[in-house]
Amino acid sequence: MEEVDGFSGTTPTEETNGSGNLMDFLDEPFPDVGTYEDFHTIDWLREKSKDTDRHRKITIKSRESMWEMIKSLLDAWSGWLVMLLIGLLSGTLAGVIDLAVDWMTDLKEGVCLSAFWYSHEQCCWTSNETTFADRDRCPQWQTWAQLMTGYTEGAGVYLLNYLLYVLWALLFSFLAVSLVRVFAPYACGSGIPEIKTILSGFIIRGYLGKWTLMIKTITLVLAVSSGLSLGKEGPMVHVACCCGNLFCSLFSKYSKNEGKRREVLSAAAAAGVSVAFGAPIGGVLFSLEETLWRSFFAALVAAFTLRSINPFGNSRLVLFYVEYHTPWFMPELVPFILLGVFGGLWGTLFIRCNIAWCRRRKTTSLGRYPVLEVMAVTGITALLSFPNPYTRRSTSELISELFNDCGALDSSQLCDYSGANANVSTSRALDDTPDRAAGPGLYSALWLLTLALIFKIVITIFTFGIKIPSGLFIPSMAVGAIAGRILGVCVEQLAYHHHDWIIFKSWCRPGADCVTPGLYAMVGAAACLGGVTRMTVSLVVIMFELTGGLEYIVPLMAAAVTSKWVADAFGKEGIYEAHILLNGYPYLDQDEFTHRTLATDVMRPRRNEAPLAVLTQDSSTLEELEALIKETDYNGFPVVVSRQSERLIGNSVVYFTEEAPQLPASNPQPLKLRRILNLSPFTVTDHTPMETVVDIFRKLGLRQCLVTRSGRLLGIITKKDVLRHMAQMTNQDPESIMFN
Amino acid sequence: MSTVVQISTFLLASLVLVNVLCPAHADKSYEDVRCKCICPPYRNISGHIYTNNVTQKDCNCLHVVEPMPVPGHDVEAYCLLCECKYEERSSTTIKVTIIAYLSVVGALLLYMLFLLLIDPLIRKQDPYTLPLQNEEDSEDVRAHIDSALGRGNTMLERVEGAQQRWKIQVQEQRKTVFDRHKLLS
Repeated sequence: MEEVDGFSGTTPTEETNGSGNLMDFLDEPFPDVGTYEDFHTIDWLREKSKDTDRHRKITIKSRESMWEMIKSLLDAWSGWLVMLLIGLLSGTLAGVIDLAVDWMTDLKEGVCLSAFWYSHEQCCWTSNETTFADRDRCPQWQTWAQLMTGYTEGAGVYLLNYLLYVLWALLFSFLAVSLVRVFAPYACGSGIPEIKTILSGFIIRGYLGKWTLMIKTITLVLAVSSGLSLGKEGPMVHVACCCGNLFCSLFSKYSKNEGKRREVLSAAAAAGVSVAFGAPIGGVLFSLEETLWRSFFAALVAAFTLRSINPFGNSRLVLFYVEYHTPWFMPELVPFILLGVFGGLWGTLFIRCNIAWCRRRKTTSLGRYPVLEVMAVTGITALLSFPNPYTRRSTSELISELFNDCGALDSSQLCDYSGANANVSTSRALDDTPDRAAGPGLYSALWLLTLALIFKIVITIFTFGIKIPSGLFIPSMAVGAIAGRILGVCVEQLAYHHHDWIIFKSWCRPGADCVTPGLYAMVGAAACLGGVTRMTVSLVVIMFELTGGLEYIVPLMAAAVTSKWVADAFGKEGIYEAHILLNGYPYLDQDEFTHRTLATDVMRPRRNEAPLAVLTQDSSTLEELEALIKETDYNGFPVVVSRQSERLIGNSVVYFTEEAPQLPASNPQPLKLRRILNLSPFTVTDHTPMETVVDIFRKLGLRQCLVTRSGRLLGIITKKDVLRHMAQMTNQDPESIMFN
Repeated sequence: MSTVVQISTFLLASLVLVNVLCPAHADKSYEDVRCKCICPPYRNISGHIYTNNVTQKDCNCLHVVEPMPVPGHDVEAYCLLCECKYEERSSTTIKVTIIAYLSVVGALLLYMLFLLLIDPLIRKQDPYTLPLQNEEDSEDVRAHIDSALGRGNTMLERVEGAQQRWKIQVQEQRKTVFDRHKLLS
């Protein structure tokens, strides 16, 4: 680019995109061009070319001096540094959340007198007064009723405990919803539908901000501790993406380029899943994007950081890490597939009911009382969950107990088999307990579990989507685990009482340990989770990372695939896609577009609308321009050669030309804005089938595309037009797509 | 305000990080490590729980169960029934995390009470009170704020300006989520 004697005032880092001239006083890069407005989609092509330019400039400069070379190395390594920081911060926050949830859940029932910051298990850790019969009790930890009245038994004590449980639950959820409402309203909900939309190119300002990060972390703890039927996995992904956004702003490589930022965000999402489940590989698969290595690195660092905080003792990453190696048998595939069918059916039921309820919340007066709604749901949940010991404790503990196989030392009701303690043979290894008949405790446990199952199925429908951080993974795993465990015990009892039937005879001798109900619980959990979210591969990987048992891949896969088939037979979307549709986010999904429409049917302007607003390359005046901008609210205008020929030059933000004529100094000087012109807009002809157009939008990440016929400009198609058209084709309301 | 939030977030993160890294190098306190053996009832001996502070290698029945309640030839049979687990925890991490969390929640609660109760009283006499507006005017309000507060560049004025901008942002978010149900259903 030729500089003209010293006037231009250019900065050294500008783009070289045209010839300079004396009156080119707009040579410095526009401060606001290139930043996107809220609720708009980004232009992937522009971001990608900006990044390639930046990289080329750095490479050229790096040959000049040593300092520049170091700067270029730093630039290359900044990606890895960002991943490291994200992993560290996500792991730390996950550890803090786990420790705090542990403590606060127990706070509802009692307090540790020696050190108030210990949960029940930690309080009794050093006590020497635990006996075998009362393994969980110790004098240092007292329930509230015991603290206030000094008694431990009795109806009055039970009622007092009940009352305080409900009051604590209400207090926690009230705090949570007020904090969300006052400080960061974007912190409510799960976050995964919005993150998926953001990753596909939508801009939501403030969704990944610092206040959202802090409030989400804090209120997540409060929400989970209040005993509501929600999990923390989805919100953990949001928290991790907020960390990603935070560190992006430290490096200009990522802060100025939305496309690169999304690479970092997808890796951060992987780190979030990794710490939520303790499954780094599953986390990477969940994020489902390119840049696999960087995502894996972030996920690994996060898992490592969480492990060193060691929130659960024993250096485990997740509460329900089980390690058994009992084999499973071929005929057991039948109940596993049954569990898959159950998972698919429950998934469909849940999605339909939840979306209906959320739609009602959006449109009717129910949505105007969010605080009251949260309190009411918490109150009902606490009232109904206290009497049943399986719902009183936290859902993660419940799942952990259901996944575990019964050893000889388990004193819980679920392991109450008749003849358990009396004549244990001394020549067996510990986990090889044979199948036995169920004792009375087991029957009452099964009955309580059935009630808990029904309760959880109903209450989760109303809980997911309220105005505090709420996740879905743990409640759906709980539903599946309960169903699986019940089925497993039934199969076990069937095998015990009828071991002379044909199916059992081949693989189940009397006195052998054939059936492991814990495995059925795991398979059930995987099936229900798959039915709701429609994950397959990442789900299986997460589940076998949780259990450490590669031998259970086949049952898990069978259940996951069956549940996805059954659920897909009723409706194509998982819960997150359904919420994306409900909110009308402009998210272009991977589905095939199979309708036979053409580009002319979708383009704007339609036949009865005003003609296309275009600018000519060298004959528009500044006042025409200002009038145009004031009257319409479009974001871009095509620039044509002239109004008669309407041949395309390019698509620009404001108008302009290539060579300004040299006018004498008395006339007003021309305004040259070539710099902001995009000289290579995408065009299609008017007879291009929409299938191809949708494909182009999806694969290239376009924001708009122009329609021409024999070189003449006819109209424009934007991404939102495409989405509205797709919605119309599937008989949804096209006006529900978010537009500005 | 956002710089204060930034600083406090980083402080919290670094505090927890420091406590993560330090115990790895310091000696574990006596109470934080244990080997726990649970032995069920055997013949006429009742069940018992034994704990002892041994290394992970020595965490088995022979080293932990003392005094052994059965005579020598029965020890092996008794020990087969016992289940021994090695557990460790970091009590400092737990203490620091819980106390830090409670202090952050407390600070937020105080700030929330301040914003809801005391702030409107202070701002009643303030000529810069924001009129109630709908979203279309937020651009003008922002310009109004900037012009009104732009004259002073002292620290206090800048903090106040940042706080006003943050309040407008949260108000818009609240409208989008709670009132118009445009986002997050």
